Amino acid sequence: MVDEGHTVEIHHPPQRGGVLGFVTKYIFATDHKIIGIQFLFSTLIWFAIGGFLALAIRWQLAWPWSDMPIFGNWLFAAEGGQITPEFYSMLFTMHGTIMIFFVVIPVLAGAFGNFLIPLMIGADDMAFPKLNMLSYWFMWPAFILMTMSFFSPGYGPGAGWTAYPPLSVINDAIPGSGDAQSLWTLGLVFVGISSMLGSLNYMTTIIQMRAPGMTMFRMPMTVWALFITALLQAFALPVLTSALLMQLSDRELGTGFYLAEGLSANNATAVAGGGQPLLWQHLFWFYSHPAVYIMILPAMGFVSDILSCFSRKPLFGYRPMVFSICGIAGLGFIVWGHHMFISGMNPVLGLTFMVSTMLIALPSGVKVFNWLATLWGGKIQITSPLLFAAGFVAMFIIGGLSGIVMAATTVNQYVTETYFIVAHFHYVLFAGSVLGMFAGFYYWFPKMFGRMMNDTWGKVHFVMTFVFLNGTFFPMHFLGNRGFPRRYADPYQYEQFADLLPMNQFMTICAFGMAAAQLIFLINFFGCMFFGKRAEQNPWKANTLEWMADSPPPHGNFTTQPTIYRGPYEYSQPKRSDDYWPQFEP
Amino acid sequence: MNRFWSLLFLCVPVLGMGAYLASYFDVWPMQSTWLPENVSVGGRTIDRLFNLIHLICAVIFVSTTTVLAVALWIYRSSNRQRASHVHSNTRLEIIWSIIPAGILIFLALYQYESWANDKIRRPMENGKPKPPTALIIAKQFGWEVYYPGLDGKLGTKDDIYVENELYVPENEDVVLQLESRDVIHSLFVPVLRIKQDIVPGMTHYCWFRAENADPNKNYEIACTELCGRGHYRMKGWLHIVPREQFDQVMLELGTARISTKLPTKE
Ligand SMILES: [Cu+2]
Ligand SMILES: [Cu+2]
Repeated sequence: MVDEGHTVEIHHPPQRGGVLGFVTKYIFATDHKIIGIQFLFSTLIWFAIGGFLALAIRWQLAWPWSDMPIFGNWLFAAEGGQITPEFYSMLFTMHGTIMIFFVVIPVLAGAFGNFLIPLMIGADDMAFPKLNMLSYWFMWPAFILMTMSFFSPGYGPGAGWTAYPPLSVINDAIPGSGDAQSLWTLGLVFVGISSMLGSLNYMTTIIQMRAPGMTMFRMPMTVWALFITALLQAFALPVLTSALLMQLSDRELGTGFYLAEGLSANNATAVAGGGQPLLWQHLFWFYSHPAVYIMILPAMGFVSDILSCFSRKPLFGYRPMVFSICGIAGLGFIVWGHHMFISGMNPVLGLTFMVSTMLIALPSGVKVFNWLATLWGGKIQITSPLLFAAGFVAMFIIGGLSGIVMAATTVNQYVTETYFIVAHFHYVLFAGSVLGMFAGFYYWFPKMFGRMMNDTWGKVHFVMTFVFLNGTFFPMHFLGNRGFPRRYADPYQYEQFADLLPMNQFMTICAFGMAAAQLIFLINFFGCMFFGKRAEQNPWKANTLEWMADSPPPHGNFTTQPTIYRGPYEYSQPKRSDDYWPQFEP
Repeated sequence: MNRFWSLLFLCVPVLGMGAYLASYFDVWPMQSTWLPENVSVGGRTIDRLFNLIHLICAVIFVSTTTVLAVALWIYRSSNRQRASHVHSNTRLEIIWSIIPAGILIFLALYQYESWANDKIRRPMENGKPKPPTALIIAKQFGWEVYYPGLDGKLGTKDDIYVENELYVPENEDVVLQLESRDVIHSLFVPVLRIKQDIVPGMTHYCWFRAENADPNKNYEIACTELCGRGHYRMKGWLHIVPREQFDQVMLELGTARISTKLPTKE
């Protein structure tokens, strides 16, 4: 492709005015940038919903069974403003599901992936713009089904985001769960279809549509990360989709893929049998472990690019960084059993999974060292994107190290299903992926909306988020040390956990602080969309190709055909007086 | 102002490590946040492994996060003319790949023994796997505990049934047979460092050897696999008693005959 020189055709869409024009441009859009922004807005709304659910969880853990102020009467009027055990199950089930499937995955792959890939490789759009539009619109059945599940009579789905059968399969196992669990399952099937369409598109676009001179090893880390993420999704998603369909069929058609013979729950006997509950766990984690990397690799890509740009220094060890992403992705497929050490799976098999899990720490470690080495010797400009990226590195270190604790089989036996694991994945997914997402917002906002976000408020947002997230999540490690179980509506009726209440109250206060910090972000984000300072073409003096296009780029992206002359990280090249050397400048 | 950011990042190793040290040495405000009391032989190994991994992690944590804070301090833009143009350093990269690899392989091998003792090598008696001291059937939301009774066999007429009360003899290998009536549950005894999921349709065994326990204390058993609305109150009690007292309790329970029949599996 590189040699043939893919040429950009500049589209001249028929100009339509009025309502029809608005509809074709913003609603049934095929422009990758608009689709990216559609994903972005949808995920922000779900981010707020998922956040409220988290606050309700924290409320119950700090002041169990007490009336929740303001939100209580509004959220659960039927229970008199109080959380019931069933409602609590619904809260953490929905919190997990929404944050993973409706926020982190679609914002990283859907919003950033769509917006950035064509711009960063010099293409005019995605390879299949219509498919791209469909990938967004397949999210809507998912949104609707999940909302229906939320509001369906009874208490909503309460089997956890992991939905282990038989709890999730036998209707009476959770009395009053009604259709909620089936709607939940069906909703996730649609998320899967959406991601699948997206990932096909990303792979094809990156392989086929790179501008002349953009060899694979001249692609920025962001594109590499999104490429590998797409590969992971393409290989792992079919497994989840079939697992979900089997669960749906167990629930609705009376099959028994996940049900053992002669099983009964709550006096209702399951009709079919002959299945295995562990089968679901294998299939689910075969997807959901790679999903952890689907949720973190893109953020790692953003962070690599942002650290290099704001330390005005080449990314340290570009090729090792690429290989470690590939290594993480490859190993990511053979570690799923570390979620099942004590599940009843053959314990000898557990040892193999332990070894592969230990090995995956190696490429992750290499990435951390390379980020530190990138900053070392730089000329570091403290901006909001840099702070969030550096915050990502610090927090990923914590999340990675607690992963080593989790990987040690017998230690895992003690700390798994306690708050230690909750601490671990919140450090990876909130303090990791979400900080990476914020870094990306502050960094690419000028390209997306043609205006700058306010840097001072960005820094305030960073300090508050950083301090309060650690106040919320760091104590979870100590709860885990004590064996404090997760998913308990009221852990304090155990004598051994009763003394941990004050710590939980401290964490809840911090969680409310963290939520308050996000209000600052929202005001900054939406305010600057209309009133921010106008952005130049290349406000950060960055090297990558998206900064060659206008801010925001027009339909078709580039006014002239970009040609790529070098890698993306030629900062502070001694031969030049400028401290950057864009990929597109001869 | 730039120094402020470096100091903020320095809080990560300082406060993080401070909290961990305070927790380990039981100092305010982190008292009793390290591992709870342990009363099993296997638990000792687990605690040692836990502390060792934490020690290694602490060294990596403090060094890497300090480097980050120091880099933000030294290389802040007001302090620098121009960044150095360095792409890589093969020597350095080999070093920081090989050392962690060595540590990880060591950790992987070091835990084999502990895991094998805990989950693979079931205690033997007269050359055969030791028969279970009790059968625990988990259900929504409680633990049915069955003892073999006088004949020493489970599933016979003289089985003793108690709800939520598990008695085990101290200083002996104890094997538990675990089954579930409805959904997945998980048996968790923090003081024994034992956890085992119980999958309906499967039979699991777990074992431990209790030591240094207080015979007058009731240790709590928790369920740690989400099993429905009552998951959080699926509490059981563990009593670790000397052999003589255990036999005494069995005798009393046997005469009391709270229940005689082992519910048959249909
Ligand atoms: Cu995993
Ligand atoms: Cu339970």
